[in-house]
Amino acid sequence: MKDAKVLKNSYYDSVTLMSTTVQIKKDLGLNDLVMFMGTDMNKDMIKSVGLYHESLDEAKPNDLMLAIDMQETIENWVDEVIQRLNSKKKTDTVKGEQKLTSIHQAKDVLDANIAVISVPGIYAAHEAFKALDDNMHVMMFSDNVSVEDEIKLKDYAIQKDLLVMGPDCGTAIINGKGLCFANQVKRGSIGLVAASGTGLQEVTVIIDRFGGGITQAIGVGGRDLSEAVGGKMMLKGLDALDEDEDTKVIVLISKPPHQTVLDKIKERLMHVTKPVVLCLLDAHLDEKIDQVTFVSTLTDAAIESLKLIGIKTPDLLAFDDQLKDQIKKNKQRFMPSQTKIKGLFCGGTLTAETLSILRPLVKKVTSNVAKKTDEKMKDPRISDGHNLVDLGDDIFTQGKPHPMIEPTIRIDRILQEAKNPETAVILLDFELGLGSHEDPVGITLSGIEDAKKIAAKENRALAFVGYVCGTEQDAQGLRKSENLLKNAGVIVAKTNAQAAVIAASLVSEVK
Amino acid sequence: MSTKNLFKEDIKIINIGSPSFKQDYEKQEVPYIHLDWAPPAQGNLMVLHQLNELRPYQKQIEEANIKAVEKIKSSEGRLIAVKQAFDVIPNMSKHTILHAGPPIEFKKMAGPMKGAIIGALIYEGLAKNEKEAIKLAESGAIEFDSAHHHDAVGPMAGIISASMPVHVIYDIVNRNYSYCTINEGLGKVLRYGANSEEVINRLKWIEKTFAPVLNEALLLSGGIDIKSLITQALHMGDECHNRNKASSALFLRDIAPFILRTKFSDQEKKEVFEFIQKNEHYFLNLSMPYCKVALDAAKGVKDSTVVIAMARNGVDFGIRLASSDRWYKAPANYVKGLMFPGFTEEDAAPDIGDSAITETFGIGGFAMGGAPAIVQFVGGVVEQAFDYSKKMHDITAGKHQVFTLPTLDFMPTALGIDIMKVLETGTLPIINTGMAHKEAGVGQVGAGLVNPPLACFEQALTDFVKQIKEDRT
Repeated sequence: MKDAKVLKNSYYDSVTLMSTTVQIKKDLGLNDLVMFMGTDMNKDMIKSVGLYHESLDEAKPNDLMLAIDMQETIENWVDEVIQRLNSKKKTDTVKGEQKLTSIHQAKDVLDANIAVISVPGIYAAHEAFKALDDNMHVMMFSDNVSVEDEIKLKDYAIQKDLLVMGPDCGTAIINGKGLCFANQVKRGSIGLVAASGTGLQEVTVIIDRFGGGITQAIGVGGRDLSEAVGGKMMLKGLDALDEDEDTKVIVLISKPPHQTVLDKIKERLMHVTKPVVLCLLDAHLDEKIDQVTFVSTLTDAAIESLKLIGIKTPDLLAFDDQLKDQIKKNKQRFMPSQTKIKGLFCGGTLTAETLSILRPLVKKVTSNVAKKTDEKMKDPRISDGHNLVDLGDDIFTQGKPHPMIEPTIRIDRILQEAKNPETAVILLDFELGLGSHEDPVGITLSGIEDAKKIAAKENRALAFVGYVCGTEQDAQGLRKSENLLKNAGVIVAKTNAQAAVIAASLVSEVK
Repeated sequence: MSTKNLFKEDIKIINIGSPSFKQDYEKQEVPYIHLDWAPPAQGNLMVLHQLNELRPYQKQIEEANIKAVEKIKSSEGRLIAVKQAFDVIPNMSKHTILHAGPPIEFKKMAGPMKGAIIGALIYEGLAKNEKEAIKLAESGAIEFDSAHHHDAVGPMAGIISASMPVHVIYDIVNRNYSYCTINEGLGKVLRYGANSEEVINRLKWIEKTFAPVLNEALLLSGGIDIKSLITQALHMGDECHNRNKASSALFLRDIAPFILRTKFSDQEKKEVFEFIQKNEHYFLNLSMPYCKVALDAAKGVKDSTVVIAMARNGVDFGIRLASSDRWYKAPANYVKGLMFPGFTEEDAAPDIGDSAITETFGIGGFAMGGAPAIVQFVGGVVEQAFDYSKKMHDITAGKHQVFTLPTLDFMPTALGIDIMKVLETGTLPIINTGMAHKEAGVGQVGAGLVNPPLACFEQALTDFVKQIKEDRT
């Protein structure tokens, strides 16, 4: 039986709603349950899952909409749901925590210097302005902020000598403290500014692994280097790190920016006093600027910055004997139909880096993060050939948590690929650290087992290649996570780039 | 806080949005506050857009609001005389009837207001009975107008006619006046729409006996400092809207020696004493015009988003801004609270009267935290009253350091309701008030709490945005 209910003036943040929906559905044995605040967008979403009821028409953005599909009718289902939702809310409230409703009030109680904003995009700019008014730096995790607001916010911030990290900024490390999605890395002398979350994570993790450390890792949001925004925060971050006494080497990370923005950055780089590594993913520049090293992969960005502080790294793409042996064994087990790589990623920039590395190594690889039309997947939900799928794409995350928070949503896709006779390699990334799932590898293992069984029924053997982006200091533990993968027969790579090369060599002779 | 400094300090965070980040701050021992966030402007994107449109003017609005609040605070209102309305109220004719709230035509008025007007017309001798009075009121021969347009205020129906004596308040700093009738007491009274012979006779006695005695006493006293009385009364459990016990007693204490010194007969003096002494709400009709005279000092402060009047006529609730002389109106809400025995919520008229001028000034409901005794009367608990008084600071542009609440560690009262803050927070001003019976003349049927409709503030904002943009082009 389907039913729906509006609860007036009952605001819950979307993360709480999303994270409890699954549990409540399970607890009550429901066919389906959706819980959303009453925005028009959310109403459309309920319509799209076929649970809409006209009683939801009256819902306002501050009202909670519940829509349910029950196997057996539960008379007091609203109470049952709310009781569970609130018990979740209660445990979230730290003892003695004050109920403060505005940034200004909170600032009176705690002289905070950073506001971390993750409210729905339509309200995020408003809160960010308030934070800037109160002289706080802003980390904007929220996306769906208009480009006009982003420009106004960044101009206002620069005028006040403040940072606006984001919108849509997933990662930052300030004074050794990680914000949103970040790994526990040593403090040191490398400062970074990045327009990419997992890109920043990958570089800081590799720096940490070889004994380097970082001063600051400043995220600026994926749109900062667009023509409209003009790289305002990248330039601001560059200046700030150039001024910062502790920073000896600066790393800038971005997808290739708009030409006008690139010109601005190059112009600024001429005047920077410190050595800079400029990592423009998937772009090769024939430029020469003193003190500037141009690279096009995250691995190289880490290697070059380490070199500049006097740390030599081994060849991170090379295969040792054990790895060569693993690759050989896996290759021998493939059936003739198995020729394709299926990359299923949680990290967007890691997907992009993989695409950049695989392009010259395998024939025709497509991805939903590709810029070029002929490299675009027609439908990211349907595999065809060598595919690199970023599961953090909006098409997969509407009303659901990001796969870095909830990697279980990737399992269905792993099983789907296992059924496909052309699948040879399943390439997976796992992000450790703050913000990420508490055990991303652990909860994926059953999926890997099931996938192997599905393939085995048709006498196929799949090769799994995994990369864990993390450090030993991360709560999830790098070694522990890697060992779980190794024990499950997964080939574990040292970096995301190496994972791509391994995947390519697995299919190399059969292409 | 420059970027350079940020890299040298320990980070401290305000988390707005997902609570899941809290555990990460705790793990890293980062001090943080997680906001109890709800969408600003209650999720109304139109309002949010308008608020953001005002960002470029932020500084001048803030300055204007500070100016408005300073003006209001500077007011030194003195009760200097009791005179007949016709003699002192500006633009008052023998056929003028002033009423509470925003302007409204007779036909559309609420029951209690119509009843009071009938009473006033009989009292003035313009009609012999109810039938004649209604005919006259509907004829167009009577000029009805909002008391606020004449520097006056009145509780409930708030009817002021030409012969009625009014308290004259003079602000010795800003040199403006305000006016309010004499409070008749509880029970069958004109302000609740009663118009029986008993009511008319009392009004006549006020005019003929009470007013001359009090006026002479006031002349002898050189004026009574109303601001000072309110200050003291707030420390004695009054909030000077629904509880006026202490303030009425203080007033009587101050005026008594001067009443004794008047030339009137002992009998007359005795009657005057008894009238004030028996009426616990006498002071309401002094606190209201004091608030009015103070708020009017901010009239005409350009670019200010501070509210200088909140008033209801029993049909509509209206607010006015310092920077505009327009009313922003929406249908008045019903009061929620305790009903007197024998009455139900169905009996009550919508929110009515000018008495919300006290809340506009930051006392009344805003000062409820200092008046625990009132809390039960309006159907609440003490803790809630504390919360209201604290919360009102979220929506005001300033505070009044002279008016403090002992129960809240002498916290100053919140002053200068800012429409931008009201709309952004979705927190509405809290008003504690009496409920009138919807039919004329029955009287008070309960008391409780009420908010202005949000729509008043939305209209005011729309108009303000338009105005400030026009001024700049």
